[in-house]
Amino acid sequence: MLWGSNARNAHPIFFHHLLKGIDNGAKMYAVDPRRTSSAKFADVWLGLNLGSDVALANGIGREIIAAGLANDDFIKHSSQGFEAYKENVEPYTLEFTSQLTGLPAENIRELAHDYAKAETAQILWTLGITEHHNAVDNVLALCSLALLTGHIGKWGSGLVPLRGQNNVQGGGDMGSLPNKLPGFQNIDDDASRGKFEKVYGVDLNPVPGKHLTLMFEAMERGEIKAAYVLGENPADSEADILHARKLLSGLDLLVVQDIFMTRTAEMADVVLPASVAWAESDGTVTSSERRVQRVRAAVPPPGEARHDVDIMFDLAARMGHDWGTPDPEQLWDELRSLSPMHLGMSWDRLEETGGLQWPCPALDHPGSPFLHGWLYADDLEGREPAPFIPVVHQGPKEELTEEFPLRLTTGRALDSYNTGVQSGGFSSPIRYGDALDMHHADAARLGLSDGDMAKVSSPRGSVEMRIRIDDSLVEGLTFTTFHFPDLVDANVLTSDAWDKKSGTAEFKAASIRVEPLVAAGA
Amino acid sequence: MTVTETAVTISVDGNDVSVPEGATILDACTAAGIDTPTICYGPTLTPVNACRVCVVELEGSRTLVPSCSRPAEEGMVVSTDSERVNHSRKMVLEFLGSGVDLSQADELNEWSAKYGAQPDRYDNPERMNEDVKIQDDLYVRDYDKCVLCYKCVSACGDDAQHTYAISMSGRGFGARIATEFDVTLPDSACVYCGNCVAVCPTNALQFKTEFDLREAENWRPEDQSVTTTICSYCGVGCNLELHTQDERIVKVTSPDDHSVTWGNLCIKGRFGWQYVHGDSDD
Repeated sequence: MLWGSNARNAHPIFFHHLLKGIDNGAKMYAVDPRRTSSAKFADVWLGLNLGSDVALANGIGREIIAAGLANDDFIKHSSQGFEAYKENVEPYTLEFTSQLTGLPAENIRELAHDYAKAETAQILWTLGITEHHNAVDNVLALCSLALLTGHIGKWGSGLVPLRGQNNVQGGGDMGSLPNKLPGFQNIDDDASRGKFEKVYGVDLNPVPGKHLTLMFEAMERGEIKAAYVLGENPADSEADILHARKLLSGLDLLVVQDIFMTRTAEMADVVLPASVAWAESDGTVTSSERRVQRVRAAVPPPGEARHDVDIMFDLAARMGHDWGTPDPEQLWDELRSLSPMHLGMSWDRLEETGGLQWPCPALDHPGSPFLHGWLYADDLEGREPAPFIPVVHQGPKEELTEEFPLRLTTGRALDSYNTGVQSGGFSSPIRYGDALDMHHADAARLGLSDGDMAKVSSPRGSVEMRIRIDDSLVEGLTFTTFHFPDLVDANVLTSDAWDKKSGTAEFKAASIRVEPLVAAGA
Repeated sequence: MTVTETAVTISVDGNDVSVPEGATILDACTAAGIDTPTICYGPTLTPVNACRVCVVELEGSRTLVPSCSRPAEEGMVVSTDSERVNHSRKMVLEFLGSGVDLSQADELNEWSAKYGAQPDRYDNPERMNEDVKIQDDLYVRDYDKCVLCYKCVSACGDDAQHTYAISMSGRGFGARIATEFDVTLPDSACVYCGNCVAVCPTNALQFKTEFDLREAENWRPEDQSVTTTICSYCGVGCNLELHTQDERIVKVTSPDDHSVTWGNLCIKGRFGWQYVHGDSDD
């Protein structure tokens, strides 16, 4: 079940593995408001109404229970809260779910039955699930389906969020989260923090910090006056971008450490040029499947660019802390001594194996190809049973209105990447730039043809965009990428309604109005 | 998850060799330390038996058999160095060499030397004699160098990419690899993953960076080094082999024995490195 993911574009080599499964007889369902290039490989495409994911998941759950297909043994042994879940999904009959999602009841039933009866089944998702104001609810609704059927904690089954950046997993693993230390140890836990304080030789602040969205809110209140931005381009990547730029430019001090002179760097008081981590330095990154792999320097950094670690160590020295000059392997060994799930991953083993998947707690541990095997242990390895967490359908925060009657969603093109700072460097024969894709009937109603320029407005602002007819979209739904902010400031349009649990903005659902622009001289 | 492997034992040039069930005669030859010439074979591709250069003599078989596709069976007796085998391999290499420009097919030329193939002993062989197709900035197609091994078609199709942008077209001397209706590559279904280029044994398909350096007579494999690292784009963790010359990346490949990529990449991983050198498309 590929849900809210266009992996064919965004994770092409992962999609090769999925295609191999299809070639070997696996059945694929694609759940996405758009009939994406991934959905075209599916046995069944479920083009649900944008933002009705919880409704569909609850409807599937209800149907599995009603048809007697729930895995009662697994639920009893490994989960808790089933009765409350069952009660919560009871209203989501096939008919009601069909109304909320716009999907034929028969398709929902078929998906529910196939998923429940499959020997092994996976639910894979990306930002179509998580870039919503109720992102965590979406994830919980999918987790409940795995608990209902036992498709979790065993080879070939599971819940698979596909990570979008080469080291976004590793960043979290290393403690780049407001409330965590490396290895997901809680910063407000005295014992965990004490371990780090002992090795680092300083007291650490026990109060969890702020995630990016809260930082911007704190900037707005004047509580954050300085920012040190490393390898991020928030002046292009944030939703409701005009607002974000205003906040960044209002800071007393903005320091940017990056390999590019990004829009954010252009706004900075100080720019620290960094080397390209994956091609000019040694270290590790961690992929979506928790595989820690080595990156290696192939070319020297240009000019004054320096390794991120060198820059940070020099900053520490200016602040009176001598951190020495450890090499990457020594830094890695320190991490291993503090993060039990990395302990078994010696530098030599990473070299020999071509990468190990955490948890890997000992030098003779083979690494972990999948998680949550404990759900099948007689004693659950002493853990609490996995909780069902009931959630209800809400739909997108920003409703369609007469003034803004079209739905806008965003995503990625195959040959480009995020705000384009990296992918803009090569000349792609299949690149078409940021256009507003829409169904031909919507375009016709507006008097627009393929290639025409239009003024596109949301409650936050307006941009000019080229129209591209794309009938893989349903009527009423429009789509754009945001890879070319210098040409089209697409994030002027996006909604900054955000999930209080995850801090992620609802890039996937804005309301817009489209008006033809008459070309000069026409 | 444990896979129990049954071993199969065959005789190769008089020595017993054991390989797992399902392995090919080629695998057995490799296990026995015997170097076998191959052209259309690829470790990640389904055998298509197009080139016949890997043939061996199998006791009880009327014809020579392609070792790359024939599964090893218990008790097989195989000869790899008989006069018949060597003659057949020599002829294959000679025929290919006579009609095709093998000037950049280093491995093939080594085989030709080993088997004493003399492609130039044929007068006026039929050649394509067409211009190099340069239709974009990422790769070029020079079908004068194509031996029709089919590997690019397999990589573009069922064996990896499932894009099906290219296929065999025509018959006999007119046989060639082509896009649909022979449109230019940018107009075809091609998604520029470069997985076809990665498997090409003759440089008929080559990256534009390599082509340009060769044109400038500055392609120096002896001065190049290869560093394995991880792609900087999405979270899949594809291994990249950065081929560098004069402190610049000149080509990107991926190891075909790594479980993440099996040698394949996408357009971003294969070509999205220019920014490392401060180059921009703008």
